Amino acid sequence: MIVAEKKPFDEISGMLAGFDKVLTVGCKTCVAVCLAGGEKEAVLLNKELMLARKVAGKPIETGAALVERQCDMEFLAELDDIVGQYDAIVSMACGAGVQFMAERYPEKPVFPGVNTTFIGVNRDVGWYEEKCRSCGNCLLGVTGGICPITMCAKSLMNGPCGGTNQTSCEINKDQPCAWYAIYKRLAGQNRLDNILKITEIMDWRNNVPRTIVQPGYEQRKAAFSEK
Amino acid sequence: MAEFKSNSNLEKVLKAGHFAFTGELGPPRGSSVAHVREKAKPLKGNVDLVNITDNQTAMVRMSSWAASIIAKEEGLEPNYQMVCRDRNRLAMQGDILGAYAMGINNILCLSGDHMQFGDHPGAKGVFDVDSTQLIKMVKTMRDEGTFQGGADIEEPPKMFIGGAANPFAEPFEWRVHRLAKKIAAGVDFIQTQCIFNMEKFRNWVAMANDMGLTDKVYILAGVTPMKSVGMAKYMKNRVPGMDVPDEIIKRLQGVDKKMVSDEGIKIACEQIEEFKEMKGIAGVHLMAIEWEHKVPEIAERAKMLPRPVF
Repeated sequence: MIVAEKKPFDEISGMLAGFDKVLTVGCKTCVAVCLAGGEKEAVLLNKELMLARKVAGKPIETGAALVERQCDMEFLAELDDIVGQYDAIVSMACGAGVQFMAERYPEKPVFPGVNTTFIGVNRDVGWYEEKCRSCGNCLLGVTGGICPITMCAKSLMNGPCGGTNQTSCEINKDQPCAWYAIYKRLAGQNRLDNILKITEIMDWRNNVPRTIVQPGYEQRKAAFSEK
Repeated sequence: MAEFKSNSNLEKVLKAGHFAFTGELGPPRGSSVAHVREKAKPLKGNVDLVNITDNQTAMVRMSSWAASIIAKEEGLEPNYQMVCRDRNRLAMQGDILGAYAMGINNILCLSGDHMQFGDHPGAKGVFDVDSTQLIKMVKTMRDEGTFQGGADIEEPPKMFIGGAANPFAEPFEWRVHRLAKKIAAGVDFIQTQCIFNMEKFRNWVAMANDMGLTDKVYILAGVTPMKSVGMAKYMKNRVPGMDVPDEIIKRLQGVDKKMVSDEGIKIACEQIEEFKEMKGIAGVHLMAIEWEHKVPEIAERAKMLPRPVF
């Protein structure tokens, strides 16, 4: 899932300085699971905003809404009837959701309520770890299901650097060395041959904004674009 | 007559069968030419090649290629260090052409210390290519005369290509395979991490010998003389990938305080004597960290003088 963390309150409050009626929209998917941008967090943010502005003598009116997925226009459309009542929107979704919201309501200032942090896993409640940089050229089949681009601090592709600290990364004793883990897993599976060959220089595919049209959907896209 | 891949002095020394002796010079955190010239003086005539470090420990310093040119003017043979942290493949290849155009004939291909160690921890780490891929890229430029992207190079840069090896870091049994990959990528010489754990190093070299790797690459054993007990402890506990056995610290602690640095040099000389006899070792890389002025004394005491002249 996409993992995010709440922006510092002062930053959000600063962005909203000139606005008196604000709609805060939570997202029910990834950011709700990681406890950063769901309904609970949207309501809480509104309470904080109202209190801070009241104390400052500049009261603010807030509304809260929740959308199934802000990365989907169909769900954003549910907000069409209420958006007009507000001066600005805070989207608690990931960066994709914020941008889609801003695209849906181009006249309305839209502000991010969270910092989108990574694609990761739910290790336990409240505890998330980055696992994927969406490089677009997955090496996991070679590296025993451990991503060297993400999990190695230097994104090395041909084995551990000389800074390996026992079994940890040189940046931090608590961060396991990705290549140590890759080596151990492949050794256990008798697949070390995988990493004895040189992994060739990477064809990075995340240098431009990417669009994917799945096979069979080209005509649908063409028809949509014409509209 | 041996066929040379480059115009490197180190290549000539090694191919003539001499036991090589290389040193290191860290560029200043400023643009003082005098600083580089001063540090170069004690190295001249005492080593075959001098590594010019590249933003080492992720701290900004005078660029390696510029300091290499100054070192060359001072009569040294520079080894242009290049880390993967700070440049993408376009900048790397451009800098390699520029360095070669200015008379630099050696390059050392490294990953580089992580940004987090230095004084710009928020810098974006590039790591477009890794050190093994960089070796292959430089070799392709030299031997195929083409850029990584495939286009022909007008006057390809004839670099003598170096790489690093850490014989101590985990997983130990993998380290020799990593060396094999660098050889397959086209490395000509290897400079190892500072060696303090001799037993582990002997094991690593034996494995490299058994795999036939030492016939395919020149390995220069990394030696760093300890200046003080504090330095030894710091290297043991704080420097990533360093293996400093307690015996070394005890030996330094066992001598009169005034004699600790002398003892450090003595240990280094004993190591060098062993490396001279060790099968698979073609020379020594002396990393006298911020101790360049001691290099003449160390070279003398290690019986590495005079250096061959071509």
